[in-house]
Amino acid sequence: MLKFTDEHEWLKVEAGVATVGITEHAAGQLGDLVFVELPETGSTFAKGDTAATVESVKAASDVYCPLDGEIVEVNQAIVDDPSLVNSDPQGAAWFFKLKLADPNAADALLDEAAYKELVA
Amino acid sequence: MEDISHLKHTPLHALHLSLGARMVPFAGYSMPVQYPDGVMKEHLHTRTAAGLFDVSHMGQVIVRPKSGKIEDAALALEKLVPVDVLGLAEGRQRYAIFTNTEGGILDDLMIANRGDHFFLVVNAACKDADFEHLKKGLADTCEVTMLDDRALIALQGPHAEAVLGELWADVSAMRFMDVAEADLHDVTCIISRSGYTGEDGFEISIPSVSATDVTQRLLEHPDVKPIGLGARDSLRLEAGLCLYGNDIDTTTTPVEGAIEWAMQKSRRAGGAREGGFPGADRILGQFAEGASRRRVGLKPEGRAPVRGGANLFADTEGKTLVGKVTSGGFGPTVDGPVAMGYVDATHTDNGTTVYAEVRGKYLPVVVAALPFVKQTYKR
Repeated sequence: MLKFTDEHEWLKVEAGVATVGITEHAAGQLGDLVFVELPETGSTFAKGDTAATVESVKAASDVYCPLDGEIVEVNQAIVDDPSLVNSDPQGAAWFFKLKLADPNAADALLDEAAYKELVA
Repeated sequence: MEDISHLKHTPLHALHLSLGARMVPFAGYSMPVQYPDGVMKEHLHTRTAAGLFDVSHMGQVIVRPKSGKIEDAALALEKLVPVDVLGLAEGRQRYAIFTNTEGGILDDLMIANRGDHFFLVVNAACKDADFEHLKKGLADTCEVTMLDDRALIALQGPHAEAVLGELWADVSAMRFMDVAEADLHDVTCIISRSGYTGEDGFEISIPSVSATDVTQRLLEHPDVKPIGLGARDSLRLEAGLCLYGNDIDTTTTPVEGAIEWAMQKSRRAGGAREGGFPGADRILGQFAEGASRRRVGLKPEGRAPVRGGANLFADTEGKTLVGKVTSGGFGPTVDGPVAMGYVDATHTDNGTTVYAEVRGKYLPVVVAALPFVKQTYKR
């Protein structure tokens, strides 16, 4: 199940674990990324908390946790090469995997059609 | 959405839109922050070929002596700036600052001697205040005119001379900080060999009606790309150049700001025209005794950019505050984070490690010589 937030994160939910990244639209708006800071595995976040930070030449931007949950894995590849977020934001450049506190909470988020309408 | 209807447009506004620029509000103007290439590519293109910037938002001011004698205007200007204006030869330009009575900096600017008048370029955000300041300070001796019918562009980078040379053969005779009048495509322009990137390059003042035409012709050259404010900032930061309002302002003196080089000997203690500018007592006192803090280059040791506003500490726990970052970001040519800021006098030596507070962590940052990239001015 692919879901989106109005803060431009995407979530792919499988068996109660959401793989989370930022959308192509967000990556395009941010421009070339030069630095990514990811949360620690095992840390817990509430929906809307700042879970990661991305930085372009110009500015730093927060990446919010889309739902309540615990970080179970992070993607070191985008820390080593932040430009991956620009080249493949909705694929190889996922940010973290979040074990959802409520596996059904993702149902309320935007589906792909609704998100596309939001950024149109 | 932010209301942008009140923003002013430069004469090149329509050209920016046609080039796909992302426009942002800046100093009351709608300005291009980047073009489709993005900040990173624009920055690197300027350092390797030539970048073209619209800086028409800046103020262009004419100061003309009522007596007809340029020396009278020079001496009048010296009452407002702590630099040697009298010694500025015709056809030459010099960096200057307006100081206030506390020795703080009201703005930084360029002053060019154009023979029978001085031509000043001041910052966009300060230009109205500067204009009033000049009119008030020079009322007895000079006519002060803000030019509102001219655009200003900058052509910067190692290919800038060759590009401009195709329109004006004499360009190669200019040295850094020379100013000359030249016809580009039959449009009379005022050209200075200067800029804000650390690269060789030119700033070109063009009558507004011809600005789009001249700019488009320069952009037709395969080596030239349009560059937005985003890359303008990263380029000047790598070059160690101050941004007024960030790195110098009314609370910083020229000595604290490490721009003593802008004050020639004639205006310092023992000079032929010592003092005589606002804040002279404080500024000359700091020349003699030093200041309690100083602007320095700051090189973060890791990959994380350290931005303006970050506090600097002597220790890794954030106990002893020793300074503050005033500009910081990522330097595409350096390929790493770069910053500048103020530190206490006890922490100004190159190689000193201080710790910048970034998102609750204390990241090691080393005091480093400016600029971060080699300047390539044609002296």
